[in-house]
Amino acid sequence: MLIIKDLKAAIDGKIILKGISIEVKPGEIHAIMGPNGSGKSTLAAVIAGREFVEVTEGTVTYEGKNLLEMAPEDRSKEGIFLGFQYPIEIPGVSMVNFMKTAVNEHRKHKGLEPLSASEFLKLMREKKELVEIDSKLANRSVNEGFSGGEKKKNEIFQMSMLEPKLAILDETDSGLDIDALRIVANGVNKLKRPDNAAIVITHYQRLLDYIIPDVVHVLYDGRIVKTAGKELALELEAKGYDWIKQNVEKNDLP
Amino acid sequence: MEKDQDKILNDVTSGEYKYGFYTDIEMEQIARGLNEDIIRTISGKKSEPDWLLEFRLKAFRHWQTMKMPQWANLKIPAIDYQDIIYYSAPKKKASPESLDDIDPELKKTFDKLGIPLEEQKHLTGIAVDAVMDSVSVKTTFRETLAESGIIFCSFSDAVKEYPELVKRYMGTVVPYTDNFFAALNSAVFSDGSFCYIPKGVRCPMELSTYFRINAANTGQFERTLLVADEESYVSYLEGCTAPMRDENQLHAAIVEIIAENNAEVKYSTVQNWYPGDKGGKGGIFNFVTKRGLCRGDNSKISWTQVETGSAITWKYPSCILRGDNSTGEFYSVAVTNNHQQADTGTKMIHIGRNTKSTIVSKGISAGEGQNSYRGLVKVLKNATGARNFSQCDSLLLGDKCGAHTFPYLEVDNQTAIVEHEATTSKIGEDQIFYCNQRGISTEDAIGLIVNGYAREVINKLPMEFAVEAQKLLQISLEGSVG
Repeated sequence: MLIIKDLKAAIDGKIILKGISIEVKPGEIHAIMGPNGSGKSTLAAVIAGREFVEVTEGTVTYEGKNLLEMAPEDRSKEGIFLGFQYPIEIPGVSMVNFMKTAVNEHRKHKGLEPLSASEFLKLMREKKELVEIDSKLANRSVNEGFSGGEKKKNEIFQMSMLEPKLAILDETDSGLDIDALRIVANGVNKLKRPDNAAIVITHYQRLLDYIIPDVVHVLYDGRIVKTAGKELALELEAKGYDWIKQNVEKNDLP
Repeated sequence: MEKDQDKILNDVTSGEYKYGFYTDIEMEQIARGLNEDIIRTISGKKSEPDWLLEFRLKAFRHWQTMKMPQWANLKIPAIDYQDIIYYSAPKKKASPESLDDIDPELKKTFDKLGIPLEEQKHLTGIAVDAVMDSVSVKTTFRETLAESGIIFCSFSDAVKEYPELVKRYMGTVVPYTDNFFAALNSAVFSDGSFCYIPKGVRCPMELSTYFRINAANTGQFERTLLVADEESYVSYLEGCTAPMRDENQLHAAIVEIIAENNAEVKYSTVQNWYPGDKGGKGGIFNFVTKRGLCRGDNSKISWTQVETGSAITWKYPSCILRGDNSTGEFYSVAVTNNHQQADTGTKMIHIGRNTKSTIVSKGISAGEGQNSYRGLVKVLKNATGARNFSQCDSLLLGDKCGAHTFPYLEVDNQTAIVEHEATTSKIGEDQIFYCNQRGISTEDAIGLIVNGYAREVINKLPMEFAVEAQKLLQISLEGSVG
């Protein structure tokens, strides 16, 4: 589904990603872990198409297409969803209006008729229950005045509305209490199907108690320094990132 | 990153003006220039009574003693008042008693503008007075409205058919001595709309005037006079467009509203005059005096304006709150893109007791546009219990545009409560990307964000107008992306 090969990328001339290769297959959940500043969010930004990240080398192929040539909105419509680490506030634009525009753009892309107001509201009600989101949020402006937890739940809500093929969750767990964490994780698990995939970016192992990854990658200083099964997350939790750092410095990976 | 954002904003703020066509039609015009003979000629063309000619001449003589004011935050090129044609009318065959008498080219023009002159095409029940250059072409639903005693006709017809009403009210809210452009208008005005709602009548449909400038080298100088007698209600709409030309054209109008006891008038404008090209060449100078007098107790006048057009907009729709418990409202969205300039706002003059006013102004600047809010809230000595709330927001798209706020407060009564709030914000690249990531194009994202920002004002417009205004906001700020 997603093949990243030897990806190098820079921000303002500073090289952040120094050669990354990952392959995500349908039905898989990948976790990307790593200390702060290792390049996790930059990787998410490249996949979503943020223009301030400059790809200097390598390729990203999504469903056989060159992803790097696609506009961000087309990536979205082709099924890539990014859950933002810091969701953006858009004053004056109601969640209903925002999501209706987004859902209908996706439908147009698939050659479907736009949803009527009542169909849309019905869909919105269903999905709100799924992520246990306060029904009042729908009438408020996008993320404006939302608490940290509400913002993250809102990301999962939007994900469930758009039903992506590939969801990338960028530190969705940061700043969440245990209840919110459970809701966010449940949202992700309920959307899991054999034909879609997710990349979960996280600093802590905690989220992976709820979302069981198939593959865990450790990102350090712009490189994937270790890839293994779900047990790697537990090992990291026990030994800490210093363990990785030391191994990398010794050039002696376990 | 900065460069990318500039590019996005540059792309989306370069929309095309959709009403810039010209109708090739035989016109009756008088010579260029402005003097007493010209004024006599205009008055003669309209077979006006002597009192009206006298009014014009007094205004003209007064105007000659005046100088164009310089206080606005606008750069206005010199205007040669002798180089303007003050009367220009589509040639007509006698008087158009029925639609068949109207030149089909004119009908086509208004059809193209989305203003059908055939009544049966108006499923939505809006009566229109269609004005092209110096004359009213057609007023629809006159007869239907007359059944409830409502007078809705061109200003010229009103002078002929209801001279007493015109005489009683004209110039009582905006005297010809009021300001430079009011004096000019009073001297040379050629047509406009007149409306009278009798006692206790709630006008059954929206009334509207559509102003079209067509001829070159002309100016448009119309007057609108709207009288709402006791216990009456009317909602009035105004729209306008003009062809694309390299020269600037002057539009200097007067709108006067009088609301008697318990009367309510809602006046909505969607202003879409040609704004000039991207380099700032051409466009309409829109210098208009609009004022309402809440003469009666418990009366209410509400102005809503969406200003997207004109090279320069310079106007302050105002309310004089003379009646006790009277209410004045001003809701405005003003867009300046490319090289457009706007200095707009309102005056709320509290004279009566317990008078209330609300001001909500939303400025949107893009390109190299300059947008100024200027507003006066004045509470006179006897205006016990007066209340005002003002909110002035500015939204900036890009870093070459400007937003300015000039609020003036003059409060002479200790019991008055006056509040003022102001904010300035920018559309961020982050907001646009967030929309992009959900499948919304940059163009649509800016439309969403701008309309969200202007929602509070757009919501005040009558429904169909609100839809139009939303589209217009999007068009004036957007074009082809990439």
